[in-house]
Amino acid sequence: MNYQFDWKLVLTGEYGHWILQGLWITLEISAISILFSLILGTIIAVFRISRVKPLIWISAAYTEFFRNTPLLVQIFFWYFGSYSILPEFVNKWLYQQDFEFAAGVIALTVYTSAFIAEDIRSGIFSIPKTQLEASRACGLSFLQAMRFVILPQAFRIIIPPLISQFLNVIKNSSLVMTIGVMDLTYMARQIESYTFHGFEAFTVSTLIYIFISLIVSFIVTQYNNRVLRLIPH
Amino acid sequence: MHWDVVWNNFEYFLIGAYPQGPLGGLAMSILLALGGIFGAFWVGLAAGLMRISKRRWLRLPAVIYIEIIRGTPLLMLIFWFYFLAPILFGQALPEAQCALVALIIFTGAYIAEIVRAGVIALPKGQTEAARGTGLSLFQAQAYVVIPQALFNMIPSFVNQFVSLTKDTSLAFLIGVNELTKTATQVNNRTLTAPTEIFITIAVLYFIVCYVLTEFSRRLEKRINRYQARNR
Repeated sequence: MNYQFDWKLVLTGEYGHWILQGLWITLEISAISILFSLILGTIIAVFRISRVKPLIWISAAYTEFFRNTPLLVQIFFWYFGSYSILPEFVNKWLYQQDFEFAAGVIALTVYTSAFIAEDIRSGIFSIPKTQLEASRACGLSFLQAMRFVILPQAFRIIIPPLISQFLNVIKNSSLVMTIGVMDLTYMARQIESYTFHGFEAFTVSTLIYIFISLIVSFIVTQYNNRVLRLIPH
Repeated sequence: MHWDVVWNNFEYFLIGAYPQGPLGGLAMSILLALGGIFGAFWVGLAAGLMRISKRRWLRLPAVIYIEIIRGTPLLMLIFWFYFLAPILFGQALPEAQCALVALIIFTGAYIAEIVRAGVIALPKGQTEAARGTGLSLFQAQAYVVIPQALFNMIPSFVNQFVSLTKDTSLAFLIGVNELTKTATQVNNRTLTAPTEIFITIAVLYFIVCYVLTEFSRRLEKRINRYQARNR
């Protein structure tokens, strides 16, 4: 093994700057995607618990389809193949933006929202039915019972899986490098091909990913210890 | 729409150039997934059992392995093996082997967590009763606890297998000739039908994964009936 380690190269100067830029893009695309997928996921989950049959079918088909296809294929689909099925004005608007970034956000959002919808649905279903019955018997309307009794409890249960979904988005966002979004993984790859010091570049970026994930799992554990055990389920 | 492009290349999507050329397409994806789950099962079983051991020198390596792998994107791991194997071993591994090793190590960490959860979820009375009938600690684990825990874990294993099948698509990035790669190949050659090609690929993955998911749901219902519970 005759390999000269050069940690300074990737930690300082231009290449260090690349890593930071990549980290920023990773965080940015993850944050935007998680925000949109929270909204979309909530809508899909509400469809699922509504009593309207067609809405339930739509939501079931959506979650099943997008959870059972690889994210990479979905990214390729939105990047290469969405042109002929989207309306003209949407395409025009998309191409005016940073199209790689937009396709990445759409793919991550659609993929993640399917998982989030399942998390929210199972959170709501995990509240015992007697809670709803008791609050209805106290004279609350269905919406009031949801608003004041069911949802506040459900959200406390949903939050930990939601946070780990956020973590998944950060890890999954590494796939957008395949369509040319310059995220952390892309930059590591770039440094590898510029300098042949892939070992250092990959180590540094892997450590960054691990660091983020350790912080997040620390938060979840703290939350579980402090908040989750206070509520009955 | 140019569905004829998909139709003309459908066999290529399924089995690649086989039998004239190397195996590829969906068959390669499934082979990777099967090899991956087989290897990951043993890695995961060992790591999971080490994780719940009372001895620190057994527990610590397992904790480090699980936490590091679960915090790293699979793509990063695949690149690690692909670019670092030449540095460590002095020669490049073939792509398929390289992807397989990365998939095994990655999935192993998740299976370790499943194993840990499965063993912990088993009522304590099982161990106590086994010890009470005169089995040694090792015998109690090997003949009573682990068989039951593994049986209860089957649905989770199937779910992990579904994720793994989806994850094999990443092997394309280092050049393994599996389903996603055949799709991009055909797309680059024809250039007229990206929408149709990627919808077809997505549906092919969906069929495999959905059948397995549905299977694991049925299994879960049946297994729930036979579980030992705390009463």
